[in-house]
Amino acid sequence: MKLSIERASLLKAVAQAQSVVERRNTIPILANVLIEAEGDTVQFRATDLDIEVVDRAPAQVERAGATTVSAVTLNEIVRKLPDGALVTLTEDGASGRLTIEAGRSNFSLATLPKEDFPVMASSEYAANFSAPAPMLRRLFDKSKFAISTEETRYYLNGVYMHIADADGGKVLRCVATDGHRLARIDADLPDGAADMAGVIVPRKTVGELRKLLDDDETQIAVSVSETKVRFATPDITLTSKVIDGTFPDYTRVIPQGNTRKLEVDASEFAKAVDRVATVSSERSRAVKLALEEDKLVLSVNAPDSGAAEEELAVAYGDERLDIGFNAKYLLEIASQVDRENAVFLFNSSGDPTLMREGNDTSAVYVVMPMRV
Amino acid sequence: MQALCRDCLTTFDTEGRCPACRSPRVTRHPELFDLSIAHMDCDAFYASVEKRDNPELADKTVIIGGGRRGVVSTACYVARIKGVKSAMPMFQALKLCPEAVVVKPRFEAYTEASKAIRSMMDELTPVVEPLSLDEAFMDLTGTARLHGAPPAVMLARLVKRMKDELGLTGSIGLSHNKFLAKVASDLDKPRGFSIIGKAETTEFLRPKSVRLIWGIGPMAQESLAKAGIRTFDDLLRWDRRDLHDRFGGMGERLYSLARGEDGRRISPHTPVKGLSNETTFHEDTNDVDILDGHIWRMSEKVSARAKAKDMAGRVVTLKLKKSDHKLVTKRQSLYHPTQLTDVIYRTARGLFDQVGDKGPYRLLGVGISQLASAADADREGDLLDPGANRRAQAEHAADEIREKFGKDAIIKGRALR
Repeated sequence: MKLSIERASLLKAVAQAQSVVERRNTIPILANVLIEAEGDTVQFRATDLDIEVVDRAPAQVERAGATTVSAVTLNEIVRKLPDGALVTLTEDGASGRLTIEAGRSNFSLATLPKEDFPVMASSEYAANFSAPAPMLRRLFDKSKFAISTEETRYYLNGVYMHIADADGGKVLRCVATDGHRLARIDADLPDGAADMAGVIVPRKTVGELRKLLDDDETQIAVSVSETKVRFATPDITLTSKVIDGTFPDYTRVIPQGNTRKLEVDASEFAKAVDRVATVSSERSRAVKLALEEDKLVLSVNAPDSGAAEEELAVAYGDERLDIGFNAKYLLEIASQVDRENAVFLFNSSGDPTLMREGNDTSAVYVVMPMRV
Repeated sequence: MQALCRDCLTTFDTEGRCPACRSPRVTRHPELFDLSIAHMDCDAFYASVEKRDNPELADKTVIIGGGRRGVVSTACYVARIKGVKSAMPMFQALKLCPEAVVVKPRFEAYTEASKAIRSMMDELTPVVEPLSLDEAFMDLTGTARLHGAPPAVMLARLVKRMKDELGLTGSIGLSHNKFLAKVASDLDKPRGFSIIGKAETTEFLRPKSVRLIWGIGPMAQESLAKAGIRTFDDLLRWDRRDLHDRFGGMGERLYSLARGEDGRRISPHTPVKGLSNETTFHEDTNDVDILDGHIWRMSEKVSARAKAKDMAGRVVTLKLKKSDHKLVTKRQSLYHPTQLTDVIYRTARGLFDQVGDKGPYRLLGVGISQLASAADADREGDLLDPGANRRAQAEHAADEIREKFGKDAIIKGRALR
């Protein structure tokens, strides 16, 4: 194999691939990236056995071929090469080394046989559709903060992407929850998605997927089977196993009868929460919300470290209510609001509270109160 | 060489018996009056208390423990000579020592005796760290001027007082750190007074088995043996890095201990680290219903203790011992500290389900650790378990009923399994 490639395109491809590679690896080949050169393309493939990323870049291929080298080392080398350099990768098959040349720099990396590299088995995808990058970006960005890290409830360790019935018909919906808060985000149903089976997209996949979604113009080809999900742009294909479990019936969790309505400027609210929470050094910092007519008093009382209080002008017309929340959860859901006021709907101080942006029901958050 | 008579507390520097009272119980050591870190360990504490309180037992062989399937908690020295050890199953102990009288433990009596000893220790130094009812570390550094006598003399006086006033004996280990003090107290039991000085530390340790180190059980010993480490001498051949790479944090500690170094301070206020309860079954069992009943009852006990102490735990641990005495422990962190039986039970039950029916088991224990105050406990419900709140309320209501009408006034059907 011999090919030449411009440093910037090489870096982009290798960086994406190597981020999938697990840092702590017991199986040597999994630390490697599979480089395959053919025609006028080189592709880089990396996997942790649950996720596989294939990244393609244009290259001048002098001699087709394939080999594998350490993904992290290759990435480090390419990162340190000067911008604009032309990089040549050569592997003769006999020496067991890959040579990397750029200007006066010359590297030689140990290789492992390409046959040892575990290529993810291809799958029959039952549903295929295309979605614009901004749509997927919104679905996952606004839900991923609620993903659980609790291993015992492994079925919560991802975003549940499925088709659901909303007021205006069927929607593509992402839900994540850790039992303390929940995010439910809807998007218009893309053509061809209606029959998609619901899948739980693992947290790491959500993180990797995010890197495909930066460009507003990109259309993402989404393929879903019962066991796998695939997101592809013309350059990158991300294939991932989905979490083998049943996502709980979240619809029961979303309160329907909460009537006490608070409307507040989300960014003012978040800043105030952040300020009062400063005095608390507990692991879960509890903020108390005391509501009365058009007035909200946020307070924190940490017996060991101090107390803080702040008053906000808000729109609230119901009877007095004192309710406590974990400051972190309030900050997280408040930061999802970027256009209109945040609308909170309460029931009692012990019941889940609902939050949405203005009257927009396409993004709904639920948070469990805390005893204060 | 400096010497101390443990009977009349005379200090002298001649050879042979005490010049004052002719007693042979003399401790001699070049560093005798320079060392100040001590470990006091009562001799066969429970058995000694029983013999003291019941003179009929005085010349009998006594084993403290209980139940058909119980284990030995203490054996008097006669029984120990015959091979009876703590934690040995009772039937095995009785096989070795059929004439022994088995006495059920009376913890109130032991606690009372322990308190009396504790107050004597408190007179020596404010820095007393009890390890259990019958042993404690003491740091007597800087107390010589106050007492008008070096630590060794005060310690000899302490055990003498314990014998004279309480009728209980103890052994003293005196050295320059906790590790060696504890090792020393065990060298010459009962009624011992042993010293490991700075100068002899390395040579003393060199031929000893690493088993000497507190916390190195059979499992750790095996993994050390795999690395060719059996004695302290073996340990000395390793450099710090290699030990760390192979054994992690424990490796660092091994490196220091091999050199007789132990930087741990004696801390009088060691906080409670966890609460746990365990039970040994009458018969080994693999029956999930029976085991579930035990999990519930143990959870109830732990929860009751946590509630009484106004504490809550962030981690729930399940401990199972198989018929072949192999130990299985599983732990899980909770999002919020808890003191609720319901939460402890459900978590422990979840852990049990992970282990599966790999029994039969002979013992089951449930515990909580990483303790926090009750004010932080169970503050937030679970969105996905809307019933949790009602179960918590039911538990609090049941607690109130028990408070009024006694602890058996209301119990869960599950507890009867």
